Amino acid sequence: MSIFVDSNTKVIYQGLTGSQGRYYGLLNRDYGTQVVGGTNPKKAGEEVEGIPIFANCAEAVEATGATASCIFIPAAGVYSAVMDAAEGGVKFIVCITEGVPAHDEAKFYNELKAQYPDVQLLGPNCPGIISPGQCNIGITAGHIAKAGGPVGIVSRSGTLTYQALYELQQKDIGVTTCVGIGGDPVPGTSFIDCLAAFEADPETKAVMMIGEIGGSAEEEAADFIKNHMSKPVSSYIAGVTAPPGKKMGHAGAIVSGGKGTADAKMEALRDAGVKVGLNPTEAGELMAEIVTSL
Amino acid sequence: MPVSDGEVAFTVQEAVDAAERLGTPVMVKAQVHTGGRGKAGGVKFAATVEDVQEHASNILGLDINGHIVQRLWIEKASDISEEYYASFTLDRSAKQHLGMLSAEGGVEIETVAAENPDAISKVHVDPAIGLTREAAQAWVEGANLNPVAVEGAIDIVLNLYEAYVNGDADLVEINPLILTPDNRVHVLDAKVTLDSNSVFRHEDYAEFDETQPRDEREEAAHSKGLQYVGLEGSVGVIANGAGLAMSTVDVVNQVGGKPANFLDIGGGANADVMAGALEVINNDPEVKSIFINIFGGITRGEEVANGIIEALNRVDIDAPIIIRLDGTNADEGRAILEPALNEKLMMEPTMLDAARRAVELAKGES
Repeated sequence: MSIFVDSNTKVIYQGLTGSQGRYYGLLNRDYGTQVVGGTNPKKAGEEVEGIPIFANCAEAVEATGATASCIFIPAAGVYSAVMDAAEGGVKFIVCITEGVPAHDEAKFYNELKAQYPDVQLLGPNCPGIISPGQCNIGITAGHIAKAGGPVGIVSRSGTLTYQALYELQQKDIGVTTCVGIGGDPVPGTSFIDCLAAFEADPETKAVMMIGEIGGSAEEEAADFIKNHMSKPVSSYIAGVTAPPGKKMGHAGAIVSGGKGTADAKMEALRDAGVKVGLNPTEAGELMAEIVTSL
Repeated sequence: MPVSDGEVAFTVQEAVDAAERLGTPVMVKAQVHTGGRGKAGGVKFAATVEDVQEHASNILGLDINGHIVQRLWIEKASDISEEYYASFTLDRSAKQHLGMLSAEGGVEIETVAAENPDAISKVHVDPAIGLTREAAQAWVEGANLNPVAVEGAIDIVLNLYEAYVNGDADLVEINPLILTPDNRVHVLDAKVTLDSNSVFRHEDYAEFDETQPRDEREEAAHSKGLQYVGLEGSVGVIANGAGLAMSTVDVVNQVGGKPANFLDIGGGANADVMAGALEVINNDPEVKSIFINIFGGITRGEEVANGIIEALNRVDIDAPIIIRLDGTNADEGRAILEPALNEKLMMEPTMLDAARRAVELAKGES
């Protein structure tokens, strides 16, 4: 089992004809993902390595029965791409693109919520999602993930998502699903969305959560874990030693006015019963202990 | 929005000329991208042209939180009855825009929020709907402004919201918003933070680019398109991805070292990017060792290894380099690096091992 995507998920790549979309779309197909179509209004009727290109998501969904899409469209076109997917009947939209204006994110997040409440958006600015051995949507290298569970991973940062998968693989621990939610101001999918899905998934027995400084998403997640989760959680927060007032790469990763510090986040997580590591390796070791005791 | 008449001045003479055109009294205001200008002596009242001359020469060149004042705003002084505060920003928890209005203006809103949170009237605005006049009216009426200020304030906050959205701002803040003795509501000072992701549709924003005071190292890295933050230590850090770079800084600290910087080279670890990153780090005289921490996701190990080798051919590096390479095709990458290893170029199997080695070398312990 897994959350959000599995071996039956059919995916449309919005921007499959671009260099990035083509590269990762084909890589994902090689992994075993059902890549059933691409979109580009100017290239409808063409093919990319045998994958048909449609003018928009509505036509692609109609022809292929796809339920998911993956967006590799430049930032300026992401708003239209997200709305095209939702209008076309896509239920799970993964947006890899980085650099999307915050106002666009806030707008399509709220428009989806109001007009398409059953649509789940992941990202923007995220590495995507992988249910190892079943489906890989996005830019995660598939071979660093061991299939089968019992651990679910949710992470706010790209490379640390890989690091988390890798730490578990080194310890021969399998993963049901690994979700990279991205570090942007308005992520379509939150820690809590993933924690709730993992809690409900019978194959997932424990969850590893990778956060970072800035914002209050980790504190909100801690509150959810405390009140709604029975499964054990291990965690690592990047930026334990980050200086205040400096943006660490992501728009979100900034400690301002004494808020969003790693210490406050770790404290909230510990208070919720989460085992907190001071680096990714430690968090992996804590998860190994949890898995052994399951 | 109603604002005071004023002019920009880059020299004392321009400030004096502006004051003569506007007519005294005027305010002489430092134009820098930081708060706390008043406290730092960057905002002065000038009753006469002689005062303007004195204040302008004092303020030009003044260092305010690391920003050197190069530009002044000379504006006609206003009579003030009351001072208010108004702003819009994104509430990331609520995933909606947040408007804040307070009858206690002229001070930092954080102080008001901490000491007297009830004095702030808030409104959440759904970005898909926008701010309606009705919602703006209810919000302004909840702020306990002087009743004569309500109508004028509604007009101003509606315009402020439009500026916030159309301008792709992270923050728009009027502080203070004033009521004059003749009952006009007037914008006296403002702060705007723009979203750098929106530059593609606001080409004119490039000239305002200055998010934080930067040291020389940060300027050099920024010009190469690298995400760099200068720190105080002796271990230079290069990593791919912001999360891993932050994590690398953490681990160096945890094993007893002090990182010299945060540097994220992003997804592409090719020779150009790597050479640029090494140059920036090499120019920092405090750096005693360099820790390159790469996790190849889509970036392949052999590309990273070739990038490092080629970069080392281009840049003369003084400090020893410790590499940790994992992920996609890591074995191939390590095989490429193997023949090049020596006392100045080392490889360690894990992030923690590499951090320990880098810290030992920085301290001269091995």
